[in-house]
Order: sequence, then structure tokens, then C-alpha cells
Amino acid sequence: MQRAAALVGRRCGPGAPGPWGRRRSSAAAGASALQVRPARGRRERILTPESMNPQVKAVEYAVRGPIVLKAGEIELELQRGIKKPFTEVIRANIGDAQAMGQQPITFLRQVMALCTYPNLLDSPSFPEDAKKRARRILQACGGNSLGSYSASQGVNCIREDVAAYVTRRDGGVPADPDNIYLTTGASDGISTILKILVSGGGKSRTGVLIPIPQYPLYSAVISELDAIQVNYYLDEENCWALDVNELRRAVQEAKDHCNPKVLCIINPGNPTGQVQSRKCIEDVIHFAWEEKLFLLADEVYQDNVYSPDCRFHSFKKVLYEMGPEYSSNVELASFHSTSKGYMGECGYRGGYMEVINLHPEIKGQLVKLLSVRLCPPVSGQAAMDIVVNPPVPGEESYEQFHREKESVLGNLAAKAKLTEDLFNQVPGIHCNPLQGAMYAFPRIFIPGRAVEAAQAHKMAPDMFYCMKLLEETGICVVPGSGFGQREGTYHFRMTILPPVEKLKTVLQKVKDFHMTFLDKYA
Amino acid sequence: MALRAGDQVAMNGLKEKVLTLDTMNPCVRRVEYAVRGPIVLRALELEQELRQGVKKPFTEVVRANIGDAQAMGQKPITFLRQVLALCVHPDLLNSPDFPEDAKKKAERILQACGGHSLGAYSVSSGIQLIREDVAEYIERRDGGIPSDPNNIYLSTGASDAIVTVLKLLVAGEGPTRTGVLIPIPQYPLYSAALAELNAVQVDYYLDEERTWALDVAELRRALCQARAHCRPRALCVINPGNPTGQVQARECIEAVIRFAFEERLFLMADEVYQDNVYAEGSQFHSFKKVLTEMGPPYATQQELASFHSVSKGYMGECGFRGGYVEVVNMDPAVQRQMQKLMSVRLCPPVPGQVLLSTVVSPPAPSDPSFAQFQAERQAVLAELAAKAKLTEQVFNESPGIRCNPVQGAMYSFPRVQLPPRAVQRAQELSLAPDMFFCMRLLEETGICVVPGSGFGQREGTYHFRMTILPPMEKLRPLLEKLSQFHAKFTREYS
Repeated sequence: MQRAAALVGRRCGPGAPGPWGRRRSSAAAGASALQVRPARGRRERILTPESMNPQVKAVEYAVRGPIVLKAGEIELELQRGIKKPFTEVIRANIGDAQAMGQQPITFLRQVMALCTYPNLLDSPSFPEDAKKRARRILQACGGNSLGSYSASQGVNCIREDVAAYVTRRDGGVPADPDNIYLTTGASDGISTILKILVSGGGKSRTGVLIPIPQYPLYSAVISELDAIQVNYYLDEENCWALDVNELRRAVQEAKDHCNPKVLCIINPGNPTGQVQSRKCIEDVIHFAWEEKLFLLADEVYQDNVYSPDCRFHSFKKVLYEMGPEYSSNVELASFHSTSKGYMGECGYRGGYMEVINLHPEIKGQLVKLLSVRLCPPVSGQAAMDIVVNPPVPGEESYEQFHREKESVLGNLAAKAKLTEDLFNQVPGIHCNPLQGAMYAFPRIFIPGRAVEAAQAHKMAPDMFYCMKLLEETGICVVPGSGFGQREGTYHFRMTILPPVEKLKTVLQKVKDFHMTFLDKYA
Repeated sequence: MALRAGDQVAMNGLKEKVLTLDTMNPCVRRVEYAVRGPIVLRALELEQELRQGVKKPFTEVVRANIGDAQAMGQKPITFLRQVLALCVHPDLLNSPDFPEDAKKKAERILQACGGHSLGAYSVSSGIQLIREDVAEYIERRDGGIPSDPNNIYLSTGASDAIVTVLKLLVAGEGPTRTGVLIPIPQYPLYSAALAELNAVQVDYYLDEERTWALDVAELRRALCQARAHCRPRALCVINPGNPTGQVQARECIEAVIRFAFEERLFLMADEVYQDNVYAEGSQFHSFKKVLTEMGPPYATQQELASFHSVSKGYMGECGFRGGYVEVVNMDPAVQRQMQKLMSVRLCPPVPGQVLLSTVVSPPAPSDPSFAQFQAERQAVLAELAAKAKLTEQVFNESPGIRCNPVQGAMYSFPRVQLPPRAVQRAQELSLAPDMFFCMRLLEETGICVVPGSGFGQREGTYHFRMTILPPMEKLRPLLEKLSQFHAKFTREYS
């Protein structure tokens, strides 16, 4: 400490020795009297793994983590002509429908093209209803152009359209455009709300309850913000149901070492695909009310519900219908996105959040925080507008739109069933029903000898399994350890997005691999 | 009304919320961003009132607060939008209304996208092909100095990448907490990000008397004082400057690099206005180029991150949120960490990446679209240059307003004399004096500019930042109106 202080004292002044003990000439801009010692080797960098932000170092995001990096390497090797037991890598790690061949919705792209290049408004090749929507969006933009910054909360008329959509979706439960914030994908909104919520130190540091298994954006943001992650386990035996008793257990234990303040729900679930029953949602809302928790409802898969016994119930609607004690008090943020559903417009980074019962001063703080990044991408906002304001019966584009939408959703539902059925035929694999979302999260039995082998490689057993799967079949999935799971259980998350025929092949290959793996490590 | 465990009941009988000013993130509470701050909120209210038919001394609010060229009527570059439209709706590849070179560019980009669609996520660092395009642009710009595509990361505007790099740098506690040197006046993204990250802001003053020059002696002064209470680890330079518009001389950039190397500071070079250089005798020198030409040890060891964007220049595509950072001499392990951090947000918006690609690889002279592209680009830049000159000229005609030459960027940052009685009145209202001035200006003329206090300035001086972006025919009357208001204001408070 004293030496450091002495250095500080000595370093700063004309003619004082510099950091390497040399005299420095007095500061004259451009003077180059300084003699630099020839480097005998490089000196240490300023920014190193040791000196960098430790919170960033702690961040992990398995969906694009080590196994995906490995998949990238293998693809490069294939490109260079290196022989493998397969001819292509299948990226079943990420919920990116269009990357796996799903076609964009024609109407959406027509409106986007018209907004991007308004000369096309004169073209006979575009339907009137698309032009009408494009004009409406452009008129609401500065300089009538997608190229202007929008208001930080998002283009006004788009927020109005989102509010109208939410109201329709929720059977008339009113939504206020002022409570709608457009965002750069749902991830941006989730990250922003969590940021505002995190405070305190030591035992009063904010605790955030997240489901296990979870979508690892949550754990990553919690790490980055140095908040406290509080796990609550979904019930695998019961189709990944959310049990309020488990929530209670988690909160009680957490109170010892943090201030639990936030409860995150993903419905439909990722990676689990479960669609929560209405009763469950009511129980969760009541619990949040009782325990004074801020509710985050990640509902990006609201259009991806496949099981005929399941229905999407928005947290907002249920909250409202539970009466004023809840609907006037429980603080809620709900999230949606253009990346999933039937649209699959991941690359546009479109999304919104609806906030309920936020303190007016907090809303002001929220806009202030968002304003530093100016605004979400306006093209993503426009994409969101079309999602919430699609063609209706009677409009020219309705037939084609409806057909395309139903085709995508029907296809996804079929693939969900196919995947569940095929996995359940494999001894040592058990797959819960894929009620919604875009993923299978089957449980896999890993023999003791394989667990040992994994430990020898310093890998989680399911990472070991997935790496072998990748190397032997080219299929890239994400190990369950990247999402969280009960101790001693192993899973992987695989998307249901490859085209049907390819999906069947993939499932068969996974089955064959699994049988071989079981044999090898029996 | 049922009470829950631990309920606080506030004075009005309403229950205390989970999320209040007292329970929120204190760092976020400290964040300020003047460019969209209180004065802009007031401008919005006035616009609302005008729409409702309320009578005002003006018929429109002029948003001269933000560097958004297209919002002020600047037209997008045709070729850029053609390529993007083709990518958005590839059916148009069959249309006779699009030139061949645009189609070729679009096809090339789509081939590089997952599922050949803009709708797929890209790799978190950006589409590889576009990273390569950016690297080639940098090489051309810097006279052949090589650029490695793997050192280029596409981002959601330059702001995103600036915040990401700052995040990496922040560490330590108390006296070892990371300090970051920023220019005063600065673009308030920097102060906002530092507040949010709870890092230490270290101010170095640009020299108003010498056209906002950067003086290494002042850097040294700031650094030495800062060492007493934090660990300075980074030095941010904005060139061309925002709000000041100064374009740094090559000698100055060399001196800054030498200083950063001596004092072990990570250099961040915000160069988003690199295409906006107007003054005769001013030239943009990229930090990367100067660094490399200085040879070892600077070229091989000085850590640098340079930022660019599609929001400025001649493109003005702010809404698309396109940008990139080039990192030089960064620790490869840290680079992997940066990629990991970016991966959590998946990828920057793909339409913004496409626009960036078209910006960095525009039509060549032999291409069919070249003539129109060139003409449009030159027209935009010439108009900006003319507006820069006009602004400086008109403001300097006014006693009590002194405007440094607008050498580059998109703003004037004139100094205004405010009478002591006005300063006093401002203090009574708990307003910064230049905020008081700007608020009155807004209420009486509808002109919205941002007070200098939002950017930082020497104690006892007052400024405002006004964009040079209003349409040419409106600009002179606006500048004169503003000057007249200042004269009236001065008389009123004399």
C-alpha cells in the first residue's frame, strides 16, 4: 500500500520517474524525447483474464457455449475436406427456425420491404393491405423513414397496436400503450428490468428466483449484475409442473443469504416445453402477492402451444381476472418477441414488454435507462407491428397469411409429437410431452462408467455425452447442465426445428448413438 | 385491504411497491442522458400541446437536439435501401426495377445467412462475410494496413460495442476501482455507461481557446489526480468530436497513443463521424492507422478498440442500429470473453449488419449504381459542410455567442454569455444556467437544443449543443431566431 502510494506520489510531476523508473520529459504535446526500452518480450496487457470484470468472467451461456464452438470447428474441418462419419453438422442447439429452413411469412416481408424501400409503394406487385400497413408505420417514423431513431420506448403507433393485440388476446382485458415498451428482442427487455431491480449488498442483495431448468439468459444476466440466483425446481415427474410449495421452499432458504425480490416464469417453458395450467398461474400470482415478489413472465412462446389439452393463459389476463387486490398491486412485466411463434424472425431482434403496476417514477427511470441506447432497431419494431396487426378475414392477404401460419404451426406440432414419441421408444431416454415451445428436453440415462470417463475429462457427464454425439453424428444439442437440472440427472436440449424428414433421420441417429453409448459404457 | 407479510403502508394508504426509487438499482438511478433528457421531454409535451391546438409563439418544435439526419429530412442512400429490400424480400430479385449490382450484393449476403434469410440469428460477432467486408474497408481506408476480420465485432450501433468494452474493463473496488478518462465536453453515453457500471469517471478538459484541442498535459493532470482515488485503465477519445466537432491533428493522435502506452491505458477511439469532416485542412486519421505507422512497441502492444456506426456519415441510418468495433492487440482470452458476453444477446440486428456491409463495400466506379450513389453521397456531405459553415458564421455574428469552427461531426457547441441575474434566477429554480436558457428558448421559439451541462464544460462557462441537421432553407432563419432570442434574454436579465 505504502509503495503504491509512493509510486503515485512520484509518478506525477514534471521530470518524475515514469513507471519503469525513467525520467520523463515535461509534457509537451508531440514531444518524443521519451526513450522506450526495447521490448525483450511483450509487457503485460492492461486487459487480461485476471484484470477484467470478474462478473463478466462468471457469465455462461450454454446455447452458444463450448459445444457450439466445437460444432463450428467441425464444420470448418468438413469444409476443408476432412473425412467424418457424417457430411454435415446439424445445429439443433438454438431456437432459430428460419436457419433450419422455415420460410418467413410472406405478408410480413412484403410490409418490411415496402417500409425499407418506399419506392415499392408504387409497385403493382404488392397487395394494398401490405401497403396500407407500411404507410401507417412510415408516417409514424421521423422523416417517414425506418432510418430515424424512434422514441426510446418505441414508435407510438406500434405501441398502440401492441396494446390492441394484448387486449384482443386477453379477451378484452385493457392494455395501456403507455405500459408497452418495444425492445431489441425479448432478451433486451428482460435484461433491462432485471438491471433496474438489482440492489442491496451482502445479505440484502437482490435474489432472483428462476426455474430449473431455465433458459440461460437468466443465469447469465444474474451473473453479470452480481445478483443472487435462487433456483426453484420444476417437477419432471409431473410434466415439468411448477409447484408453489417448491417456490416456497426456495424463497425460505434464500432469505438466509439474500433479499428475494423477483420471480421469473417462462411459459410456455424453455427448455421444458410445459404449458402452465391456469390454476398454476393463479397460484403463482397469489404467491408473488403474498411474498412481495416482482413477477417476470417470459411468454415468447405464446404462439407455440401444440398439446390439445393445453392453452396459453397470459399472466396479465389471469392477474386481472383475479380481482383488484391482485390486479392493482402485483408488479408484473410480460415479454414477447418476433423470434418464435410462427414468425421465426430472430435476426430482426424485435420484442416488447408490458409492465403492470410499476411505480410511475420507475417508469420514468426505465425510459431514461433505455434512452442511453437511443432506441430498439426500427425494422424490428416494424416486424413486431405486423405480428400484432396481421391480416384479418376480408383482407386481400388473409388467405395466404392464414395458410402459411397454420402450415408452420401444424408442422411444429407434428414435429413435437414425433420427437416425443421417438425418444420415448429408446431405452434409457425419457421425454416429457412437448406441450409447447420448440424443444425436447429428454432425460438420458448415463451409465456409471461414462460418468467416470466424463469426470476424467473434467466435463459434466451430459456434456461428455453431447460432445460424443456431436463428434460421431454431427448433431449439435446442448447438455442439460447448461440449463440446470436435479443433481444426478442428465438431459440435453434439442430443437424440433429441422424439416420433418431430416428430423426423423436425426432422431434415428440419436437413438443409434444412444444404444451404442449404453453398450460401450455398460 | 388485506395485508401481506412485511407490508409497508404508505402515507396515502396505498401499499409500498417492490420496485421504488429507494429499492431500485442505485447505479441506474444515477444515470443521466441529456440528449434525450428533461428538455426533450418538455419538447414532446409542447408538440402534444400544438397538436391539441394550444396557441404558441411558434408553429412547430424543431428537434435540433439529436444527431438524427433522416428525421430532419435527409434522404437515405438509394443503393443501400435497394440491397436491403432485396434481402428482406428475395422475391424482388426477379424484379426488373432493381439494378444488377444491388441484386448481386443481396444474393451474396443472403448466401451467408442461416437458411439464406435475414430472419435467422447470425453468429454473435456478426455474419462472417460482413466482418470480412469491414476488414477490407478498414484496409482501404488505412492505406493497406491489414485488418483481421476476427478482430471485428458487429454490434447494435456503436453504443452497444462501447458499453461492452467498458464492461470488460470495469473491476476492483474503492481505490482500485476502474477509472476511465473521458473528454469534457463528451457525448453522454460515456458518463451514463460509467454511472451504470459504477466505474469512476475521470474528466480531461478539451481546450476551447484552441478549437477544442486535446492537450496531453491536461491528460496527464487528470490522470495523476485520478490515481489518488481509483485505478485509471482506459482513455476514451471521440474523433471527430461530439459535441465539439473538432478533428484531431495527426500529431495529437500520436501524442495520445504515446501517452496511453506510457501510462498503461486501454485506448477507446470513437470514430463514428469519420465520414463527417468538413473544414479545409482537417483530415480524419484513424487511431488504428496512426498506431500501426508508429511501429513497435505501440503497433504491437498498445491495446485499442475503434468504433464505427451506420448512424452518421452520409448514411444517417440511425434506426437500423448498425455498427462495429475493431480491437487491436487485445488479449485473445479476453476476446473470447467478449464474444461470450455478446452471445448472451445472441446477435446484432441482421438488417443493420446488411446496411453496414453496403456502407463498407459501396458500388465501385464500374458498377451501374455508382453514378447515382456517388451523387447522392456527395450531395449529403456537401450540404452538411455548408450547414456547418453557415452555423459557425451566423452564431459568430452574434455578440455574446462564440462558436468554434465546426470542423466535423454534426453539431455546433457554441459558448453563450449569460448575465449574472439569469444565472441567479436559474439557481433559484434549481436549474443549471444553460438549462434555464435552453428551456426558455424552447418555450419561446420551439427550438430544442441540449444545454452544455449535459455534456460537461469548464466551471462558469455555458454552452448548448445544436445539430446542423435542419433543412438548409430552414437553418439560417433558425440560427437567427436563436441569436435574437439570446439577445432578448440578455437584455431581459441585464
